[in-house]
Amino acid sequence: MKKDDELICEGVTRRDFLKTCVTVTAMMGLPFAMHTQIAEAVETNKNPAVIWLHFQECTGCSESLLRSSHPTISTLILDMISLDYHETLMVGAGHQAEKSMHDSMVANKGKYILVVEGAIPTKDNGIYCKVSGKTSLETLRTVAAGAAAIIPIGTCASFGGIQSVSPNPTGAVGVRDIIKDKPIINIPGCPPNPYNFLSTVMYFLTFKKLPDLDNLGRPKFAYGRKIHEHCERRPHFDAGRFAIKYGDQSHAEGFCLYKLGCKGPETFANCSVQRFNDAGVWPVSVGHPCIGCTEPDILFKRAIAEKVQIHQPTPPDTYAPVNLKDKGKGADPLTTGVLGLAAGAALGAGAMLAKKLPTDGDSSGEEKKDE
Amino acid sequence: MSKQTRRTFLKTIGLGGAAIMAAAGGVCQASEQSGVNNEALGMLYDATMCVGCKACMTVCKRVNSDFGGLSFEKAPFDQDGIWDAPQDLSGSTRTLIKLYKESDDRWSYIKYSCMHCQKPSCVSVCPVSAMTRDKQTGIVDYNKDTCIGCRYCQVGCSFNIPKFQWEKSLPQIVKCDLCKNTNLKEKGISACAETCPVGAIAFGKRKDLLEIAHNRLKENPGRYMQHVYGEHELGGTNHLYLAGVPFDKLGLPILPENAPAEFSEKIQHTIYKGFVAPVALYSTLCFIALKNQKKHEGSHNGADHDGENRGEREEHK
Amino acid sequence: MAGHHDEFIRLEGKIFTKSFFFLLTLVLIGFFFIGVRYVKGIGAVSNMSDGYPWGIWIAYDVATGTAIACGGYAVAILIYIRNHMKYHPLIRSALLTSLFGYGLAGFSVVIDLGRYWNSYGFFIPSRWQINSAMFEVALCVMTYTLVLVIEFLPAVLWSLENSRGVTIRKVADWLHPRLVPSDDRLSSGLEWVRSSAAWLRPRLDKVLVFFIVLGITLPTMHQSSLGSLLLIAATKLNPLWHTGFLPLLFLINCIYIGYAIVILESIISSSAFKRPIELNELSGLSRIIPWLTIIWLSVRVGDLVYRGQIANALRFDFYSCFFLIEFLLVAGGSIILFSPRMRRSPRWLFITAAMLVLGGALYRFNVYLIGFNPGQGWHYFPSFAELMITVGVVALELLGYQVLVKLFPVLPNPKAHGHGESQHHHKEQNIPHGAVHVGK
Repeated sequence: MKKDDELICEGVTRRDFLKTCVTVTAMMGLPFAMHTQIAEAVETNKNPAVIWLHFQECTGCSESLLRSSHPTISTLILDMISLDYHETLMVGAGHQAEKSMHDSMVANKGKYILVVEGAIPTKDNGIYCKVSGKTSLETLRTVAAGAAAIIPIGTCASFGGIQSVSPNPTGAVGVRDIIKDKPIINIPGCPPNPYNFLSTVMYFLTFKKLPDLDNLGRPKFAYGRKIHEHCERRPHFDAGRFAIKYGDQSHAEGFCLYKLGCKGPETFANCSVQRFNDAGVWPVSVGHPCIGCTEPDILFKRAIAEKVQIHQPTPPDTYAPVNLKDKGKGADPLTTGVLGLAAGAALGAGAMLAKKLPTDGDSSGEEKKDE
Repeated sequence: MSKQTRRTFLKTIGLGGAAIMAAAGGVCQASEQSGVNNEALGMLYDATMCVGCKACMTVCKRVNSDFGGLSFEKAPFDQDGIWDAPQDLSGSTRTLIKLYKESDDRWSYIKYSCMHCQKPSCVSVCPVSAMTRDKQTGIVDYNKDTCIGCRYCQVGCSFNIPKFQWEKSLPQIVKCDLCKNTNLKEKGISACAETCPVGAIAFGKRKDLLEIAHNRLKENPGRYMQHVYGEHELGGTNHLYLAGVPFDKLGLPILPENAPAEFSEKIQHTIYKGFVAPVALYSTLCFIALKNQKKHEGSHNGADHDGENRGEREEHK
Repeated sequence: MAGHHDEFIRLEGKIFTKSFFFLLTLVLIGFFFIGVRYVKGIGAVSNMSDGYPWGIWIAYDVATGTAIACGGYAVAILIYIRNHMKYHPLIRSALLTSLFGYGLAGFSVVIDLGRYWNSYGFFIPSRWQINSAMFEVALCVMTYTLVLVIEFLPAVLWSLENSRGVTIRKVADWLHPRLVPSDDRLSSGLEWVRSSAAWLRPRLDKVLVFFIVLGITLPTMHQSSLGSLLLIAATKLNPLWHTGFLPLLFLINCIYIGYAIVILESIISSSAFKRPIELNELSGLSRIIPWLTIIWLSVRVGDLVYRGQIANALRFDFYSCFFLIEFLLVAGGSIILFSPRMRRSPRWLFITAAMLVLGGALYRFNVYLIGFNPGQGWHYFPSFAELMITVGVVALELLGYQVLVKLFPVLPNPKAHGHGESQHHHKEQNIPHGAVHVGK
């Protein structure tokens, strides 16, 4: 253990440092005893560095992450990653914070994960979002240059989000429209389920590679299936039971919300399965239709009450086919046998009778009556 | 037989026959003016819009099962009867969604139910008026209290729609009746059309449905086969179809424009209209038979035998 | 037919013969399955389905069975309209066959009907649907069966008039000796029956001709309508058989089947009961047949040509083969009958009659079942139970015929019309009237 008055860095004694850790611990709502862990983690952390940038966002995605419990944010930060820059969670501010980011970028060049929250304005050279005097466009490009992978979290960072809704005055776009040369794993949602993000990070840390992605760069394990395909109200849809108005009897019965504008049939997500807040709820379960927040063309771009077209995947063969090959009962051995026997017997008897009959009737002495 | 009698016979037959022909010719006209009733109620099913959700099947059973003695159909491996899985229309299933699958990229759903023909064969052949067609709404309805279960309607229907409850000891015929006694009465629309979430089933007057159908064909020609099935088939039906694949692949047979019922009724009426021909035939035959009878009595009372009848008898009949 | 009772004779012989018990077994098996049908539904005993709603009960029992029963109709035309009284000896056996044929066809229909309890609807005018050929067939067949009963009544009445109560005594004795009525009561009872019969018979004879003519009019109507029944199946009946001429074809078909079956039945009967063959009458009948079949075949072929179906008829696929078999049986049988020598040969009469019955029946089967194709992969073959019900019905008919010819004067009296010189019956000249040597 170092001595309390040893300098850790310019103007910061060890004592100051530990005090800070305690403060951080307290701020993050972590148990007091963890401050030593934090200290150790920060000091000797060999976990992958993560730099988290915020641009045009509401911070909902971070908030969502804070409400996870397995792993908790503390476990994540202390045991799994080294969160070197996070404007909401980090202790430092101002130049100190910026320096922290810069140092991490240098120390972990080519190895850190860049997480982006919020869209990036591109109009007028991106002046509509500036942090520390630099446009977000510039910051993104700079930080992305040394990143191993980029995880845009939330629909804003993935596809542009609310600020990109027409007329999109700031020219807001997602990361994919700016960075073209780095692996990007989109975790859309408004906010996304934190476990989608956490699982992706865990996957990357464990297997050192990206999970399977769909054509929008979203991990298939979370975004591979439409809400309509695994929603608990699907049986109501199939049975033609729909909620007609908010608050009426059909709504209270928990019927399918398709006619109220549920975007489930066009939205790829796992909300119905993973659910939120560790309380097992998601919008449909409490009576509000899905708004398609993981999709670039639905969230905020289509009215909530607007009904979607239902695109079916290739139907399985369990439907009754048009051509039922064999209908009605055909010949069975017993009946065919009996029929054959009877026909044979009849023909045989007939032949025998024909043989017995005289060929010439007149020889039997009948008087011939000509007619 | 003497030439005399043969000639008389032929003359009588000729006269009688001519009388019959004249009478029959006079009444040989079509029984009703066979026009198309475009105010009739019907449904337009658009196979390109159908998503195969089968909500129409389930709501039909829910709404109509108490009416008409239906029961849910069990899959053979499902002893508890939880899973209703009909493969075809049956004595428990009045409407059905089937799948025509050519490949993973080319498929179409198809909904079967009564076509509610303009000139229904089933109505024409039912001997006890159990199948009737409503003059106003055009709905072809079934009345089990009159039905004798002869299944002639099944023989007559070109679409093989009426189904019989073979497994019941007290069976009946089962087919769609446009929810005439259930949903149509309460809400003015058939249950399947009401519930379809994507609007693949349009309900309304035939003329409106035809207009919708032709508009769709015009606006989106690449999406559809350029034909409204049921517009002219067998004289027209009230259940119309639009589809993106050929109709015969969907199990809707290629049919001519003339209704079989008109053909058979024309022949039946030519022979029997006003019961003229049977009565004329009976009278002619009576006349001949009585004459023959008298002749026998006459020849018998006289001395000449015609050599055919040995033995003495008092009367001949 | 009052004074003709020497013309007909009651067949002497035991009723409970081996063939009686064999047929009875078949009848009982059939009735067992009929019982199953009522308890478990039609599907349990038959292979009929929604694609083939009519099976052999309709195709055979009704359509073909009534054609075979048309002997009475065909012979009645000859006797009463064409005035060929020489065929009169055949009329009662033909009538009995007809009575059974139609009665059992009606019985088969009742078994086949799904909602039989509503059949009283045929008598309620508000339910009549006169466009339906089946409506006409139903009423016509019911009326005709009644007419046949009336036409058969004279034979029954004669038996009643001449009964001696022997059977009644025997049956009562068999039940319980105490039940045997005393001689007075028996004779007074018999006297009552005899006098009633004697009162009724002449009155019936006076008006019988009107029923007889009705018995000619009605089959003309319903046999053609049996053909009309399939007019509606324009899209399902193979074009080799579906035509506007179906009523006419069915009518002519039933007439020549009628004559052929009379010949067939008469020869089999004569052989089975060891009686002489009525060669003159049968030969006369067989002369008429070829003219009928020529007309029938011409209409048939002409219609096929007109509708452009000859190519299909010669395609040698499933349908074509059945058409050709039907055609060749009828044409072959007819051609043979153009020869007078063949017409006087019992063997050839039998063979051609069989060919015509088979060909004519096959035509009806083709129209109702074999040529009927609802499409969509349906097929049908009767089930064992279904077959046994039909067999039971046919056995009942044969059984009934066998029994009734021994109870009533139905068969022709060989002495009465010119068999006296035949060497078969030298012996019988000395035997009392009514007794004929039989082997069964």
